Amino acid sequence: MIKAPIHKIIPHSLVDGPGNRTSIFLQGCNIKCEYCHNPETQKILTDTSDSSPEIKWMTAEEVFQEVKKDIPFIRGITLSGGECTLYPQFLEELFSLSQKAGLTCLIDSNGTIDLSRFPELMETCSGVMLDVKAWDQEKFKRLTGGNNTVVKKNLKYLSDIDKLEEIRIVCIPEEVDVEDILKGIKATIGDKISDTNLRLIKFRNHGVIGRLKDTISPSDAYMNNLKELASELGFNVIKNYI
Amino acid sequence: MANILEVVKSQKLTYEQKVFSLAHMAEDTLDVLNVPEKTSYYFEHNAIDNLFEGSAPYRPRYILPDYDKFVKNGSEFLQIDPPKDLDELLNGLMILYRHVPSITSFPVYLGNLDKMIDPFLEGYSDEEIKKKLKLFLNYLDRTITDSFCHANLGPEDTRAGRLILEVEREVQNAVPNFTFKYDPDITSDEIAELALYTSLYCANPAMVNHNLVKDTYSTDYGIASCYNILPVGGGAYTLSRVVLPKAAKLAKNVEDFFDTILPESLQAMGDYMNERVKFLVEESGFFESSFLVKEGLISKDNFLGMFGIVGLADCVNILLGEKGKRYGHDEEADDLADKIMNTISDFVTKFPAIYSPISDGHFMLHAQVGMDYDKGVTAGVRIPVGDEPESLSDHLRHSARFHKLIPTGCSDIFAMETTAKNNPSAMLDVIKGAYSLGVKYISFYEENGDLVRITGYLVKRSEMEKFKNDQAVLQNTTHLGAPNYDNNKLKDRKVRGV
Repeated sequence: MIKAPIHKIIPHSLVDGPGNRTSIFLQGCNIKCEYCHNPETQKILTDTSDSSPEIKWMTAEEVFQEVKKDIPFIRGITLSGGECTLYPQFLEELFSLSQKAGLTCLIDSNGTIDLSRFPELMETCSGVMLDVKAWDQEKFKRLTGGNNTVVKKNLKYLSDIDKLEEIRIVCIPEEVDVEDILKGIKATIGDKISDTNLRLIKFRNHGVIGRLKDTISPSDAYMNNLKELASELGFNVIKNYI
Repeated sequence: MANILEVVKSQKLTYEQKVFSLAHMAEDTLDVLNVPEKTSYYFEHNAIDNLFEGSAPYRPRYILPDYDKFVKNGSEFLQIDPPKDLDELLNGLMILYRHVPSITSFPVYLGNLDKMIDPFLEGYSDEEIKKKLKLFLNYLDRTITDSFCHANLGPEDTRAGRLILEVEREVQNAVPNFTFKYDPDITSDEIAELALYTSLYCANPAMVNHNLVKDTYSTDYGIASCYNILPVGGGAYTLSRVVLPKAAKLAKNVEDFFDTILPESLQAMGDYMNERVKFLVEESGFFESSFLVKEGLISKDNFLGMFGIVGLADCVNILLGEKGKRYGHDEEADDLADKIMNTISDFVTKFPAIYSPISDGHFMLHAQVGMDYDKGVTAGVRIPVGDEPESLSDHLRHSARFHKLIPTGCSDIFAMETTAKNNPSAMLDVIKGAYSLGVKYISFYEENGDLVRITGYLVKRSEMEKFKNDQAVLQNTTHLGAPNYDNNKLKDRKVRGV
């Protein structure tokens, strides 16, 4: 089994998907979001000698032994990061062990890795919680340093194979074109938005370093307007908007 | 006599609280129970404790009337016809509750409220019902001024149950406690999640493992007082407790504890409890005079004695003090605890208890939650506050192991982070897992809420502050909660994020 750099394991996580889940955070990310709350997870490590006291290189089996301690109190596991899809083989191995133990396996992803390249991984994965950080290419680049072509491709692909567990948008006036994102999603996945979970996340500057560290959170009124817009477009399940 | 005058002149007690104290003092001038010298020795050292039940028992400690029978038949004694609509039902219950005695003089069990109310809801809008429920619940909270009072919900998902939960969240009352009887095969996830969500706003309801406890008795069961699992149509005559850490302190070593101190304490308490039951049944006249008996709402045959134990953790930690092994953390400590529990359980399931056909002529084991005057005595079989295992899963596995031998109730309490409100399904997953392993009863509250669960009962932080500043407060249990909160360092209870 190959090893992957594990930044952190949270045995019982309230916030990473439906029900009680063990969250596993992998080290390393391929983009640099201005609003990242865990910038320390961004650095990509290339070999197993490259580690720190916080980061442990572990095989899927070793991680599963940790996960097992929390059965039967958890419904599943959520892989997050960093960007966990940088380690597709590790994910596939861990998911296959977890699935056998009756756990659902979710991926929390920035969507910049083309998931259609890993059909076997998608077989064992119960669903993906996909960030759509901006719809306009320039805005996406300014916010993350990356390119969102693959994000849009993943949006369509995951919707087509019914693995789009949730769409997440972090809302910051001016910085993020939330309205365009919502319309773009509708144009991409059509009527399926009516049973796709949407999470509108209010930006908070806690833990943020860099350009947005002093940017204030949007108002409840702003978030409510977005929620209304999403409802008008046809989203039914909208969570955590304030 | 000085004490009596003190009570009469107190500015910290309400009028009602004074009357109860004075009645208790009058009862304690009597000497009608035969207490042998050995038993007195263990009482004096607080190895056994009668929880101030009074020296001449004249009513059972906990009474669980068969309210369904009342709803069906009304009451001749109270001149109430069977209710024909919701107003008549709620009014009838309010009257009946006033006449159900207990050790606190208040009713400790209010019945399966949702099941009683649900058949009377047709034709009313949700808003109309909620208004009536709110008045009903506030009446109970303001007149039953003692938190050792319990109403039950579930296991079915009913309109009444949902509306009660909604109103509970709004009214923020300490009385009554609510327990939801949870059974994954019967209870919908929706109402279970609503119940857990509600508990993060008002520390109610707690959840009992219905499937595991439903066959405890040949009758239906109810949750009364704190979290006591007792037969409906009866209840508990009495509850005394073995204070395990005090017994451990009397022992020279572990052998002496098992060979002498523990068996003598158990025997002394068993005899003493029989003595109480004997007086209550044969001499007090309760079962001959109470209309509850005459109208079939309770029967002597459905009462039992609760054999309490408290401070298992502290006892083990004392006995293994030199080795530094701790209950809830070291295998050796937990194995010793298991041996103690098995010894006690063997005694209780063999010792003959009088007038107890519902429990096959025996007392039944109970994890007593502690008293306001306890120091260094942890509730029942719980792990001490502040010493909880890092892992919630380890904590729950431990609970499952030690809940097993205790049929009349034991519980664990978890303080939760505020974020739990966003995902009650996570808490339900914890409940499902815990109950599949044999945990019997769990309650949650939110770390910053005003209502805090002390040991089994609820008290408002704001009321405790008033009491500490020498002001009179509505509820008796605030008097108990305030010192307990400090003595047991409850503010240090580990907060779980799930």
